[in-house]
Amino acid sequence: MTKSILFGALTVTALAAGAAAAGTLDDVKARGKLNCGVSTGLVGFAAPDANGKWGGFDVSLCRSVAAAVLGDADAVEFVPTTGKTRFTALASGEIDMLARNTTWTFSRDVDLKFTFVGVNYYDGQGFIAPKDLGVSSAKDLDGATVCIQTGTTTELNLADFFRVNNISYEPVPIETNAEAIQQFLAGACDVYTTDASGLAASRATFENPGDYALLPEIISKEPLGPLVRHGDDEWGDVVRWTLYALLTAEELGVTSANLSEMAAGTDNPEINRLLGTEGTLGEMLGLDAGWAQAAIAVGGNYGEVFAKNIGEETPIGLARGLNAQWTEGGLMYSPPFR
Amino acid sequence: MSTITDPQKESFRLSMLLYDSRYRSATIQFVAFLGFIILVGWLIFNTKQNLDALGKGVEFKYLFEPASYDINQRLLDYNSRDTHFRAAIIGLLNTLVVAALGCVAATILGVVIGVLRLSNNWLVSRIMAFYVEVFRNIPVLLWILFIFAIMTDLFAAPKAFRGDSATSHMQLFDSVAFTNRGIYIPEPLFSRGLGDIHLFGNSSIRFDVSLDLWAFVLVLGLSFWAAFKVKKRADQIQDQTGNRPKTWYLRLGIIVVPTLLLLVALGFHLGYPALKGFNFQGGTFLRKSLIALWLALSLYTAAFIAEIVRAGIMAISTGQTEAAEALGIRSGKIMSLVILPQALRVIIPPLISNYLNLTKNSSLAIAVGYMDITGTLGGITMNQTGRELESILLMMLVYLSISLSISAVMNWYNESVKLEER
Amino acid sequence: MSDVAFTRTEMLSEQAPPASSVGIVGWLHSRLFSSWFNGFLTVIVVIALFFVLYELLHWALSPTWNGTSLAECRQILVAMGQEQGNTFGACWGVIRERWVQLIFGFYPSDLYWRPIAAFVLLGVALGPILFADRVPKQLIWFTAVYPFLFPWLLWGGAFWVPILVILGIVFAYLANKFLAGIFGNLGAFISAVVVAIVWWLILMPMVGNGLNTIIGSVRMESTSVRLDAEIVRLSAEEEALNQQIEELTDTIESEQAANESRYVDDPDGLLEFIREIGAKKEALAELHKQSGNLSEELSGADSLNRRIQKLPELEAQYPDALAFAEKLRSELPKSVAHVSIDTELEALLEEVREGKSNATLEDTSKVVEVLEAETKAKSLKGEIAGTYRDVALIGLQPVESRDFGGFMLSITIGVVAIACSLPLGIVMALGRQSDLMIVKYLCIGFIEFIRGVPLITLLIVASTLLNIFLPPGTNFDIILRVLIMVTLFASAYMAEVIRGGLAALPKGQYEGADSLGLDYWQSQRLIIMPQALKISIPGIVSTFIGVFKDTTLVSIIGLLDPLGLSTAIRASAAWNGVVWELYGFIALIFWIFCFSMSRYSMYLERKLQTGHR
Repeated sequence: MTKSILFGALTVTALAAGAAAAGTLDDVKARGKLNCGVSTGLVGFAAPDANGKWGGFDVSLCRSVAAAVLGDADAVEFVPTTGKTRFTALASGEIDMLARNTTWTFSRDVDLKFTFVGVNYYDGQGFIAPKDLGVSSAKDLDGATVCIQTGTTTELNLADFFRVNNISYEPVPIETNAEAIQQFLAGACDVYTTDASGLAASRATFENPGDYALLPEIISKEPLGPLVRHGDDEWGDVVRWTLYALLTAEELGVTSANLSEMAAGTDNPEINRLLGTEGTLGEMLGLDAGWAQAAIAVGGNYGEVFAKNIGEETPIGLARGLNAQWTEGGLMYSPPFR
Repeated sequence: MSTITDPQKESFRLSMLLYDSRYRSATIQFVAFLGFIILVGWLIFNTKQNLDALGKGVEFKYLFEPASYDINQRLLDYNSRDTHFRAAIIGLLNTLVVAALGCVAATILGVVIGVLRLSNNWLVSRIMAFYVEVFRNIPVLLWILFIFAIMTDLFAAPKAFRGDSATSHMQLFDSVAFTNRGIYIPEPLFSRGLGDIHLFGNSSIRFDVSLDLWAFVLVLGLSFWAAFKVKKRADQIQDQTGNRPKTWYLRLGIIVVPTLLLLVALGFHLGYPALKGFNFQGGTFLRKSLIALWLALSLYTAAFIAEIVRAGIMAISTGQTEAAEALGIRSGKIMSLVILPQALRVIIPPLISNYLNLTKNSSLAIAVGYMDITGTLGGITMNQTGRELESILLMMLVYLSISLSISAVMNWYNESVKLEER
Repeated sequence: MSDVAFTRTEMLSEQAPPASSVGIVGWLHSRLFSSWFNGFLTVIVVIALFFVLYELLHWALSPTWNGTSLAECRQILVAMGQEQGNTFGACWGVIRERWVQLIFGFYPSDLYWRPIAAFVLLGVALGPILFADRVPKQLIWFTAVYPFLFPWLLWGGAFWVPILVILGIVFAYLANKFLAGIFGNLGAFISAVVVAIVWWLILMPMVGNGLNTIIGSVRMESTSVRLDAEIVRLSAEEEALNQQIEELTDTIESEQAANESRYVDDPDGLLEFIREIGAKKEALAELHKQSGNLSEELSGADSLNRRIQKLPELEAQYPDALAFAEKLRSELPKSVAHVSIDTELEALLEEVREGKSNATLEDTSKVVEVLEAETKAKSLKGEIAGTYRDVALIGLQPVESRDFGGFMLSITIGVVAIACSLPLGIVMALGRQSDLMIVKYLCIGFIEFIRGVPLITLLIVASTLLNIFLPPGTNFDIILRVLIMVTLFASAYMAEVIRGGLAALPKGQYEGADSLGLDYWQSQRLIIMPQALKISIPGIVSTFIGVFKDTTLVSIIGLLDPLGLSTAIRASAAWNGVVWELYGFIALIFWIFCFSMSRYSMYLERKLQTGHR
């Protein structure tokens, strides 16, 4: 029940440019905890274990931000949100940031008054179908029954895709991913559509993953990223640059293994600036000098987090693809730390 | 100490507002009303401030923008380019469909179970008691999910019906298919149909009126009216002469023959579902979400209705039955002429409030993805447009009107049975 | 002529009833086979029962208690000698692993005694009401204190908080008693309410803060020392634990790798092996749990310690920050000096842009600076107060309500909603019965509105709209918001139940009260309510059952009640695909709760009935 008189200041700060009255960062520090909105459960991205400890790709970002701000990766309250409740939870100030594979779209950014601080996973909506269905393209799906997770953009993309291709289908809206998978496996729908990463993640848990294939069509762009309330630029910067710190760490070869070694000082000035041994980047953000170091220490750099939670070694087995560093043909490109 | 004097005619003092019982009630009411106005004003003021801060106003224009999502079960034609408003109407119709189906099924089940619970067969009455206790003590949401899951596991996917080595096949002379997507049943078709009348052009409230259906209803209504007249006449003859002419074959003929003639004239036949492509095509498709919701609501509510029916029957003293027997009334007539009219007076009010509960519980449809009004207006529309206040207001208004209409029916009924009392 | 008597002169002795109507045969005959139709029914039912039970038991009796994932359960079932690929059978491992979570949610595991104590004490506190004739009378005092004890046990906090809250009531009572002579009854009542509100809203936080500061300053030094020692100890423990975990993980992995191929043709061996390794995995999970708890404890101690160290610095900064903010504010031009919160600033900006105000844009940016400085000072103050509060904490460790989950959440919502809705319901029932027209229609309007809309719409209001209705900056967490809405929901139903109780009282009771010269509130308090409430208890219990069942709806707005948790559990890789076991477990527990309560309510109804006749 924190009272922040500046909760309503969103539009004001946008008007009185430059004189942004920050609230969230101070709130988080005063509270000693970061309230982070995550999914109620998506394999590899966010799920609680038997002890109630949350883990996953999105969860890891929350922990990194908490580490950067509070110096403690466990100082996070995870607030499970559904596709329907996530935006109100953020708008009402119940959570400080939302890391719940949320697609960056124009209307969410502009009309719903949120700021997407970056993209932590480039995704696209795909279809998964049993191999014995004999379908090689989504355009062959005329008359098929399609399971979708309701309350997400996938519903709209699906409607557009089938409309544009002038084929009919039967949508079966389902509340949660787990239930949708259940239905798909039982044959209650012919194909299941959601973000391709989610499909791969789910396929990993099937009894016979080899019997199912992703269709080649990716029918939408789904840049998934963390978001914060519109107007609180100071806080937005903290989340944004924590994400970029993880990306840059991978680019520069800073890993959890060599972190402490590198933090002692290196020949590379950018690494030094990143890890706070040179320059005052942390101070500019209103954080300690070792903020990025703390963020990276949580689960390693972006590549390590990816590999540990959803990478090819895990049951989910996602290839880096678009999410590789720009130097390796991907889209992950962090602005310089300077 | 006590001298009796005429009460003085007091002039009005301010304190009398509090201490004089003549004025106090007015004062209290005024204060209550003022408090209420202040409360409402405060809420509205807060809302305005908050909405301003979020940069939103209260407006309903969004209802007339394209919804851009599809709805699987639609009683009226609808596609993703239609407006949010039309999507809400489709959702409302779906709510009403499942509520109506649920009320009918719950009543039938409830009456059967309530009567069987009074059965003198120990096993049957125990099992019915067990049914009642199990169903009403577990949340209805769990039942909905349960039945959804049962249908998923119990029935086969359409592909199991395919090919020579099909592991499943259609039931009832190949007319009904039970699949884990839902149940396909034959649909009525007219080969020489009269067509439809299209109303309201292209607007959001457009709908088609099937002339076939109207013709059918009209003929059936007329036949019933005629049959009723025949019965009236037979009653009259019985009153005058004491002999009742046999009219049941005549009445049956009056009802059946014109209807059959009409059906033949319109070229009535059944359209059977058949497996084509990914799914069964043709026939009427009862989706799994509809069936799960319908069954769960009916089974859950039936447990309550059974108790009401049992209590209603038990409330009529056995003396009534015995008196009727003493008068020589046949046992079938005792039920319809003596017991039921009295029991109904006890049964119907709680029955209607159970209908109300069932209708409200139908909003749990979103748990299984049935697109009722909570799923369209209060679900996807609200979520995609971010218009929470407006959507929720509209949704509450809809439910409130449904509830108030049902209560109005109940009040009307209560009034009408009251008249028969002494 | 012979003397033939056609009438008996002596009684026939009693004969045993025919064999077909006594004993087990007679019972079977009269209860199961009294007619051919009944016999037919019986046979049908027995056959159906047999099939259902056979299938159910066949499914439920599966030796999967030790499985640690769905895949393992399937392995076990296949190894059980069933035909290849047939995995019909329950996977009970999920219940073994998660039942604690399904009951307590994310409540810290070392504090489980608190909810347990809260609910056990709830039973004790309800004793005087529900079983009035079987418990000592004095227990009613405990019942009176319990509403303040309950939140303290669940949410934690300093021990003086419930005491301070109770003090408010004591003050109100004293005010009512001693001011009656001065202001009259009504005046005393009003001033009692005012006293209570002033105490709770203004004085109590001040006293609380004062206590925090005093106790905090006293304990600051010792806490710091204690924390330092604790951090050292915990770090060492964590290190040791991590080593254990590593070793165990290695063992399990190597064993699994070694044995993978060994049991291809040996199902019994595989089963045995799964059991063996299952025990080890369980030990590992236990270690992980301990490690999690340790690291949480460690991070808590660490962050408090750091905050204590930062405290002097903050305390030094605070006066400056405050002075700075005050100075800036005093320098504000007159035209904008009234702005103290953001919405006012926004209104001002609007006016400036439209040229309605004589302030300039520069003035507004000064306002922004002032607000910023004030916020800074405020957040400093909050941080300082927070540190003092945490150091001064003598009592129970606070638990955030979003850690509530599972059945604990359901029961908490049910109990709080019913308890809070009782007074509201009484007031509204009286309002609905009263002769005051406006009051009556306000009550009817509220009751019918709440009863006319589904609970889910109210919950959606709680999750999306409630904050919008409250002053900017108010921010309850979602569980409190749900509690508010469910309480409103329950109070409408409660009002109807109590109205029923009021209507059931004979008119003579009202007239008797009037003839004694009691005024409205006296007669309600002394005569009407005690009787009406007593009659209403069965209704209240069934309202509670209804609300308790309806708490499952909170899963739709993303709260982790048992159903919501089952979704979360199914989202973990190990249990993706488990349905029946979870639903069955949840249904069973709901059934036990609701069934026993409904039995109690029936018992009570019978007892009350005989009391009346």
